[in-house]
Amino acid sequence: MPKLKVDGIEVEVPQGATVLQACEAAGKEIPRFCYHERLSIAGNCRMCLVEVKPGPPKPQASCALPAADNQEVFTTTPMVKHAREGIMEFLLINHPLDCPICDQGGECDLQDQSVAYGRGQSRFQENKRAVTEKYMGPIVKTIMTRCIQCTRCIRFAEEVAGVEEIGAIYRGENMQITSYLEEAVTSELSGNVVDLCPVGALTSKPYAYEARPWELRRTLTIDVMDAVGTNIRLDSRGRQVLRCVPRINEDVNEEWASDKTRHAVDGLVRRRLDRPFVRKGGKLVEATWDEAFAAIAAVDAGSSVAAVAGDLVDCETMYAAKALLASMGSTLLEGRQTGMDYDTSSLAAVNFNTTIAGTEEADAILLVGTNLRWEAPLVNTRIRKAIKRGAKVFAVGPETDLTYKVQWLGADLSVLGDLPDAVTTAFGEAKKPMVIVGGGALKGGHGAALKLAETLNLVRDGWNGFNVVHMAASRMGGLMLGYAQKGGIADLADAKLTFFLGADEVDFSRFGGFKVYVGHHGDKGAAAADVVLPGATYAEKSGTWVNLEGRVQRGERAVFPPGDAREDWTILRALSEVVGTKLPFDSLAGLREEMYTAVPALRHEGLARFEWNAPALDATASGVMDGYPIKDFYLTNAICRASPTMQRCSAELIHGQDFAEAAE
Amino acid sequence: MADAVHIPDEAETRARWGAFAWNDENAEKAKIVLGRYPAGREQSASIPLLDLAQRQVGAETHTQGWLPVPVIEFVARQIGVPYMRVYEVATFYTMFNLAPVGRYHVQVCGTTPCMLAGSDDVLAACKNRGLVKGGTTPDGLFTLTEVECLGTCANAPMVQINDDNYEDLDYDRTVAVLEALANGEAPAPGSTTGRRASCPAGGPTTLKEMVDANHDYRGEWA
Repeated sequence: MPKLKVDGIEVEVPQGATVLQACEAAGKEIPRFCYHERLSIAGNCRMCLVEVKPGPPKPQASCALPAADNQEVFTTTPMVKHAREGIMEFLLINHPLDCPICDQGGECDLQDQSVAYGRGQSRFQENKRAVTEKYMGPIVKTIMTRCIQCTRCIRFAEEVAGVEEIGAIYRGENMQITSYLEEAVTSELSGNVVDLCPVGALTSKPYAYEARPWELRRTLTIDVMDAVGTNIRLDSRGRQVLRCVPRINEDVNEEWASDKTRHAVDGLVRRRLDRPFVRKGGKLVEATWDEAFAAIAAVDAGSSVAAVAGDLVDCETMYAAKALLASMGSTLLEGRQTGMDYDTSSLAAVNFNTTIAGTEEADAILLVGTNLRWEAPLVNTRIRKAIKRGAKVFAVGPETDLTYKVQWLGADLSVLGDLPDAVTTAFGEAKKPMVIVGGGALKGGHGAALKLAETLNLVRDGWNGFNVVHMAASRMGGLMLGYAQKGGIADLADAKLTFFLGADEVDFSRFGGFKVYVGHHGDKGAAAADVVLPGATYAEKSGTWVNLEGRVQRGERAVFPPGDAREDWTILRALSEVVGTKLPFDSLAGLREEMYTAVPALRHEGLARFEWNAPALDATASGVMDGYPIKDFYLTNAICRASPTMQRCSAELIHGQDFAEAAE
Repeated sequence: MADAVHIPDEAETRARWGAFAWNDENAEKAKIVLGRYPAGREQSASIPLLDLAQRQVGAETHTQGWLPVPVIEFVARQIGVPYMRVYEVATFYTMFNLAPVGRYHVQVCGTTPCMLAGSDDVLAACKNRGLVKGGTTPDGLFTLTEVECLGTCANAPMVQINDDNYEDLDYDRTVAVLEALANGEAPAPGSTTGRRASCPAGGPTTLKEMVDANHDYRGEWA
């Protein structure tokens, strides 16, 4: 633990910390471009120069200098000031003065730091360098003349995303950052380089020229595109969400977000249901709320009522529907739209028990039927970190590119009953072993995987290595609220009246009764419904979501739903007056209070603890997996399917369609 | 380098070089190169293998050789690193040609010592011989590139032609070297004025007794 002085302030930093970190510990701001705390140290921008004693009588790059005992660091001396001004002048030599038309304007590190540390004018008289634009895919727009070659994007692609497709070609003044042969970067995390870029060289293509940061209203909420529960900030102007950026949460998403999280937001204003519809003569026609409610009330269903929760809904909506059904005398609730019927008697047996952050510590990992790269991209980055620490990874399932080296054990689930020696040895030696079961294996391999928890001794003191990866943001919340039937969705098929809460992935042909769709997008669910009630998306309601590790998180409303659409719980509350008994809550706070009473674990934000109490299931696994549940990462729910950006990503990155760049 | 032509990934290049593989002799050499580095450090072989590949391309096309993208990818596959990492190396070093060159790649040094010693005359000789910077002569013989210092400042001005340096040039001697090459001869590399290595031009001015045999000067120190 080196002790050193920064501008006279004594600080103690952990072994291996850098001088820059010591300066931050002392509360001193050090300007930087290339240094990023989540990436390796490059030390090439030289903006973080400080004066260090003892040492050579010249400024030193603090980001690459280890802090040592009895060092004295000076950050405000004339030498440091002069050095920073010099570096700033060098960096700006080739940087264009196009801030007024640059999308980074207002949130640009270079802009801020040149105001704070620059000298105000340049002595450079020659021509500036110009660099041609590079194509990096449908998400990242490049204006490479602005690039200051900090190499953050290269390091991110290599270290975090695991897709080594960005690099620096040529050298010296001719150095250029580009994707390999200017092809689209095939990473599901490529949007993060936009946030990492300290200048306006890499900006968001869908958001280009949309807004200035100071025009936007920021709302903190939770992403629903997958079950990770990425903490996000929705930036909106007026009634439209213009962009989505991740917030820092070390336990969940660190500071990353997948491309789907970031760029599905343009689907929020397309294909929206903005008024109720009632099916008349086989055709959906516009109706008023009263007419729609009357049509539902006319159904003589008695207690033969069911509710199917979609992948994106919040706990409040599910609780309101549950209460509505209870008032009508039914408990037919299900959230697993695709017909899964795994055992839910113990929630720990279907939870990601290790926690997302805990994954980093694992030293032996077995993936069973999961393509984590698509099912939970931000869990996949944690596994990359675990591998960096020395973890061994095995996988059962069809071979696919997970961005890291995996020992494949074949796609036959029966291997779970008879693991190869390499696996048993690795797990025998492991201190923190981990099994991750994905949707591809839950059908035939849940019991066998649970058996592994015993045979491989996954659950030990202070460590639970049994994990299930869900793909729906509503899944864990739904399971906590009882949205699971023994036989899965098949148990609901005979209901005379079924409420589909934003459920679009259901096989609607199996439902013969009256179908009511409560949701926000005109997708498969609305097309199959007899009555459509327009609801709110995740951006338009305050809600509670539980992520795959059982973390209760709450998001705020960013904008209002369009047209006649309403927040889902209010729809169900209003409907209850017509079809059943009036639900006993009039406000979100009232609803939540009732929900907390019913499920106390939802009351507090943070990890809900599930007792490890694995059910004894049939441990024989058989069947060959022919694929993973997610066929197209970019089109997994109604919002992405409505998003032109996601459609383009899917066409280009999944289906290999060629989009010629229009000449600018 | 900035003015060098860069042939990107084109269908014809793919078609011509997509099936690139070592010939027997180079396969042997590649094995030796890879053997120099411990397992897991194959990336270290990027530069020698790229050089080997460029020489093989040169042999196949009867030129000095270049690195088409499929050949770069072949090398990357052999050492098991992403294409981008090897591509970065190939674009970084000026010794790797990213576009086809002629039989002789004439690299004229134009950095300060050579320039002061008359590299303008060398370039003029090249120009009058029909060589154009960044281009190949129509007969496919010469490609002219102006490069930065090649480390032969004591014998300035100099050109590097393929693997050989020609030093102490002036206009006439440059023309002579080029003519000799054009006629299929192999002019002797090194100084064109006949001095050995970088011995003082015009003979030694100091330590003259040391020229033929070792001489003990210590007794003469005042």
